[in-house]
Amino acid sequence: MEFNFSEDQLLLQRTVREFLEGECTTAFVRSLWETETGRSEEFWGKLAEIGVPGLLVAEEHGGLEMDEVDQVLLLEETGRAAVPGPVIDTTSVGVRLLEEAAPPELRAEWLPKVAAGRATLAVGAAISPFVADAHIAGLLLLQHGDEVHAVPAAEVSALAQPSNDPARRLFSVDWNPSGATKIAESDVGRNAWAAALDRGAYACAAAQLGVGQRLIDMAVAYACTRKQFGVAIGTFQAIKHMLANAQVRVEYARALVHRAAYSVAHAVDSRAVDTSAAKVAASEAATAAAKIALQVHGALGYTWEQDLHVWMRRAWSLELAWGRGAWHRARVADAVIDGKFPAPTFGYSAPGV
Amino acid sequence: MDLSYSSEQQAFRAEAREWLEAHVPKQPLPSLDTAAGFRAHREWELELNAGGWAMVPWPVEYGGRGANLLEWLIFEEEYYRAGAPGRVNQNGIFLLGPTIMEYGTPEQKARYLPKMASSEEVWAQGWSEPNAGSDMAAIQATAAIDGDHYVINGQKTWASRGAYADWLFGMFRTDPDSERHKGLTFILVPLDAEGVTVRPIEQLDGEAGFAEVFFDDVRVPLENRLGESEQGWSVAMATAGFERGLMLRSPARFQNTAHKLVELYREVEANGDEIDPCLRDSVARCWMDAEAYTLNTYQTVSRLLAGGKIGAEASLNKIFWSELDVTMHETALGLLGARAELLPGASAAEGVGDWLDGFLFALSGPIYAGTNEVQRNIIAERILGLPRK
Repeated sequence: MEFNFSEDQLLLQRTVREFLEGECTTAFVRSLWETETGRSEEFWGKLAEIGVPGLLVAEEHGGLEMDEVDQVLLLEETGRAAVPGPVIDTTSVGVRLLEEAAPPELRAEWLPKVAAGRATLAVGAAISPFVADAHIAGLLLLQHGDEVHAVPAAEVSALAQPSNDPARRLFSVDWNPSGATKIAESDVGRNAWAAALDRGAYACAAAQLGVGQRLIDMAVAYACTRKQFGVAIGTFQAIKHMLANAQVRVEYARALVHRAAYSVAHAVDSRAVDTSAAKVAASEAATAAAKIALQVHGALGYTWEQDLHVWMRRAWSLELAWGRGAWHRARVADAVIDGKFPAPTFGYSAPGV
Repeated sequence: MDLSYSSEQQAFRAEAREWLEAHVPKQPLPSLDTAAGFRAHREWELELNAGGWAMVPWPVEYGGRGANLLEWLIFEEEYYRAGAPGRVNQNGIFLLGPTIMEYGTPEQKARYLPKMASSEEVWAQGWSEPNAGSDMAAIQATAAIDGDHYVINGQKTWASRGAYADWLFGMFRTDPDSERHKGLTFILVPLDAEGVTVRPIEQLDGEAGFAEVFFDDVRVPLENRLGESEQGWSVAMATAGFERGLMLRSPARFQNTAHKLVELYREVEANGDEIDPCLRDSVARCWMDAEAYTLNTYQTVSRLLAGGKIGAEASLNKIFWSELDVTMHETALGLLGARAELLPGASAAEGVGDWLDGFLFALSGPIYAGTNEVQRNIIAERILGLPRK
């Protein structure tokens, strides 16, 4: 039993944080809002140079062949920096889905490109009517019943559905399932899609930790400098207690998220419940932090010019991605109350169990 | 990261489980806030100590088992699983004990810890005074040096376990000209000393869970001082850290409550009683929050075992577990519906368990060990770095 990250894992986190502080500034994020795709191939390529998209990809395909425990802290950093683009759908969900469901030649075709940052994957799972960042994806992995289909971008019609978070653009995807697009039958696909959903939930949760903490940090910085009644507003208990509440939520989501990463990496029996719990806690922490950070900023936070909404929008869109809170809470209830999935408590076991 | 238990840890769990199954009283003991319940709980502690399980994480020489904090978590998990009695000496074993371990002289450790482990000596807390509650630095009770003794005067209040305890620990002003945090000394006081008057206070549940303690020229040897003279505040902060964090309220306590809550939901559902649809969601949330607290504690313990320290983050813990405890009990009362207000003697009270009693106790959580508002100030100032003024 050791619930810590290794020195190497922490070093990788610092490396990614420093990279993002330099390359993914708020000005850069906002500049992409004005472009046609809203994405930067150049930035994505640099992200690949430090290993982010290929972190989980096998070495034979040019990846680092690490696991979700190695990845979880990096996802938190991408949340902290509000990285635009399909980090979650490509690097946490898509590559694993390809590994599990795709035939060797398809893996050999796409995984090296993904690891090198030359292509992204989009994932259309039944949990959502929309596909994120379908407009830049090289390959779309789409759910049809329980089957897995892989469709090149040229063979789908993607209709933009303008939405609230420019960092996660949504599309309705029209496509024709056929024998040619099918890469996995229902028996394999069922497990693959279940795993994909859990991975999406875990990855959103990890990013939300970074989003929530960034929102708190911005509000703290503002509360230390903004003066009213002759003093910094951060001296007021009304402000302190709101921010303390936000921090409690982020802290108590953190261990759940780390546990979820472990459960995904090791295919632990309780993976479904662990990832749902992490998604619920981290999303609620981030959306609560968004409300509180806005309130601390007052009217200034309500402006387009102030950067706060970059992260507020992230918090809201990640709450909806890969199953919203109500869906995941219902799944936990089904497991814990009705025993529909394994839901062992950590450490403690009840009498008779 | 490895979230599996080693074979040694599994063996330790099995050993604890076996002993507890053989020894835990089959019937629940009366409330430890009654005279009879206090005696019964002290007898249980003696038995626990004789079995070598009273103070699992303490060194063997002080009556412990020499286990590490992870094994202590495992023991707690087994303790709650077995439905074993509440720890009557928790102020001693969980709060003062670790503080003596950190600040005590070798003589003090040898003198106090073994009898604390066995609960031959049960401890009360002496923090609050009538004019020093959340503002603990406003302490007025004095301890003047007279030769080789302190002479203590003043009053403490809300002394948990004060009604029946043998000893009290607390802070006293040893420098009469001092203000606030300075000039306070941490002193151990026998409650049978001449000049001590203990007046039990009935709590919300009607039992004498705490007491007022009056000191009238009470003479205590200077060697009863814990830590340096006038450094009582730092010593007390260490104690408070243990109180707010993983020692006093180990996660298994809340996982056990969450489990009972799930069981209650199933029973009420099986009875065909009407259930507010929101309560299903509440039960799931309570379960998740108990898991969150557990995982957070395991992460903290892993950090401590790797050489880390606990600081202000104990305040995060205290808010989380105390508010979770209230929510869990509110949810249970919601599930019980009209029967929620029945006392144990009522003929229709079968199956209502001790949720009402637990609810009343849970309500004290956001108040004791430093109110949650004080904890929020600590988080804001010491973790987030917001300005004091």
